[in-house]
Amino acid sequence: MVSAPATPTPTPSEDTDASPRLGSRRLQDVVIAIEAMNKWYGAFHVLRDISLQVHRGERIVLCGPSGSGKSTLIRCINRLEEHQSGRIVVDGVELTNDVRHVEQIRREVGMVFQHFNLFPHLTVLENCVLAPIWVRKEPRRVAEERAMRLLERVKIPEQASKYPGQLSGGQQQRVAIARSLCMQPKIMLFDEPTSALDPEMIKEVLDTMISLAEEGMTMVCVTHEMGFAKTVADRVIFMDQGQIVEENDPHTFFTNPVNDRTRLFLSQILHH
Amino acid sequence: MAVFEAKPALPPPVLTRGPVGWARQNLLSSPLNVGLTLVGVVLIVALVVPAVDWALLNATFRGTTADACTGTGACWPFVTTRLDFFVYGFYPPPERWRVNVLFALLALVIVPQLLPRFPGRRALAVFGFLGLPVLAAVLLLGGIAGLPFVETGKWGGLMLTLVLAMVGILAALPVGVVLALGRRSKMVVVRVSCTTFIEFWRGVPLISVLFMASVMLPLFLPEGVNFDKLLRALIGIIMFQSAYMAEVVRGGLQAIPRGQFEAAHALGLGYWRTMGLIILPQALKLVIPGIVNTFIALFKDTTLVLIIGLLDVLGSVQAAIVDPAWNRVAVEGYVFAGLCYWVFCFGMSRYSHALERKLQTGHKR
Ligand SMILES: Nc1ncnc2c1ncn2[C@@H]1O[C@H](COP(=O)(O)OP(=O)(O)O)[C@@H](O)[C@H]1O
Ligand SMILES: [Mg+2]
Repeated sequence: MVSAPATPTPTPSEDTDASPRLGSRRLQDVVIAIEAMNKWYGAFHVLRDISLQVHRGERIVLCGPSGSGKSTLIRCINRLEEHQSGRIVVDGVELTNDVRHVEQIRREVGMVFQHFNLFPHLTVLENCVLAPIWVRKEPRRVAEERAMRLLERVKIPEQASKYPGQLSGGQQQRVAIARSLCMQPKIMLFDEPTSALDPEMIKEVLDTMISLAEEGMTMVCVTHEMGFAKTVADRVIFMDQGQIVEENDPHTFFTNPVNDRTRLFLSQILHH
Repeated sequence: MAVFEAKPALPPPVLTRGPVGWARQNLLSSPLNVGLTLVGVVLIVALVVPAVDWALLNATFRGTTADACTGTGACWPFVTTRLDFFVYGFYPPPERWRVNVLFALLALVIVPQLLPRFPGRRALAVFGFLGLPVLAAVLLLGGIAGLPFVETGKWGGLMLTLVLAMVGILAALPVGVVLALGRRSKMVVVRVSCTTFIEFWRGVPLISVLFMASVMLPLFLPEGVNFDKLLRALIGIIMFQSAYMAEVVRGGLQAIPRGQFEAAHALGLGYWRTMGLIILPQALKLVIPGIVNTFIALFKDTTLVLIIGLLDVLGSVQAAIVDPAWNRVAVEGYVFAGLCYWVFCFGMSRYSHALERKLQTGHKR
């Protein structure tokens, strides 16, 4: 049932030596380590001195005003964008210009996009088995079996032979999640997965993400769904103008934000 | 108090179905349309009636010499007595069965592509792309397997047209795709060389390419090195058409949203798999009309080999026209050549429409 190589779900009793801001679970090794990372678009300094560590099984919510660099940051983690200085180490492999490193990391890191980015010329099932077959070299039968299991998990097995263009937005996004999971990633990145959806479809996608979180997947989610952040996040990170401004457990973050910009942002997000 | 009162029934609608309704709606809906319809009818009568008179009613179909043509219409014996020449050129008559076998193979590969549910359609298409060109070369050239060698100088007529067009089509598409990818490459050397190649070949007329291939190239080659005139013409056509094809394909590549590349990369697909599995299938599908347009242009451009002395179907017609025994006849030959081109080009056009419909997967951009 659990497709990803899930870490055993920690029990509260083990929760003794976790550092205070890491929430209620004991966290082991670091799977994403970003150190003093900077990125420029031409002369525009889009990410400034970013340092961030994500532990295995941790769920991080990244928020901040539009244009603050959230997408750019998580896209650096699987090298859809290149950083110019600092270090990014994912699952023990440093991201450099070495294509093999990049491909190795991309195999282990799944990504879900705001606009789904399903392959419109392939059916839902073909979307799901493409990468396992071509990248992981799995036999088609094995890949298809897992794909069907995952499509069942996101509750759309009956759509397997349809084309993405025939599905609703919420269904497409769930297919996109299943497609990523088919690669059995260790880490999942979400870039505003519900922002392009009609309100009535947001819940079905969030439910899928919550169940994924409950299974112990390491997740980095850019989202403005504060309900999601409150229920599943171990840590909420607030970015503004390319910097990490504030970083806290969800309870403290929402009830007692330290930074003025965070307060302003939260008031806009929560009372619009 | 308001009392319900039935309104009188409306009159039945004017007839809008059937031929009468259709004509009323489409041809006679306004005074302007009535006028245009009248003009159209007059034009059709003025053009089609004499054409039918000439080509069929007053035409001569039987006979073997010009004297047989006594009517005022077309003299088809001109075409029928020379049909072999128009189809095979100077290909030696005892060996013409080889050309016929090739025609049959071509039909075997192409016809099933038009029938959606034909079993083994894909295998035949693959054979058409990979096996058939080799087989065709063996069959037509000979020199091995007990087949007498037939030099390319003897090839001609419709067969030569088809050889030029098929080779051009089979080669121009893959070369064009590679050039289009190269032109969008991040590697400067690749990009600049592809761009230069494309812009060079697009900038010169095909006639001059063929002329250079046939007249100038031998001057640059060392003494004694001489390669086949047909081969040179083919290379010229491939270079020229692949440059056009590259630009058509590039248009399709540019229409693919960046998210498709990103999703493919994020799944761990490398450059070639991303292109081959995700981007090109979508891009090529988008530009089917442009690709077929280029194919049709290519098909008709093959006739330019006339100027370097290769007699394709039009060339052989032209060669036949100068025969003093038939000095009254010319149009018949051109009509025949025109029909040959039209049949193939129209066929390609219909096939592309069918293909577009078939590949529709419910996503409209
Ligand atoms: N390819 C690009 N080239 C130049 N500037 C870009 C590019 N992509 C994003 N930016 C700029 O970088 C900033 C951060 O963008 P982004 O990471 O998408 O923000 P967010 O996801 O937080 O809304 C924005 O100001 C945006 O205009
Ligand atoms: Mg964004």
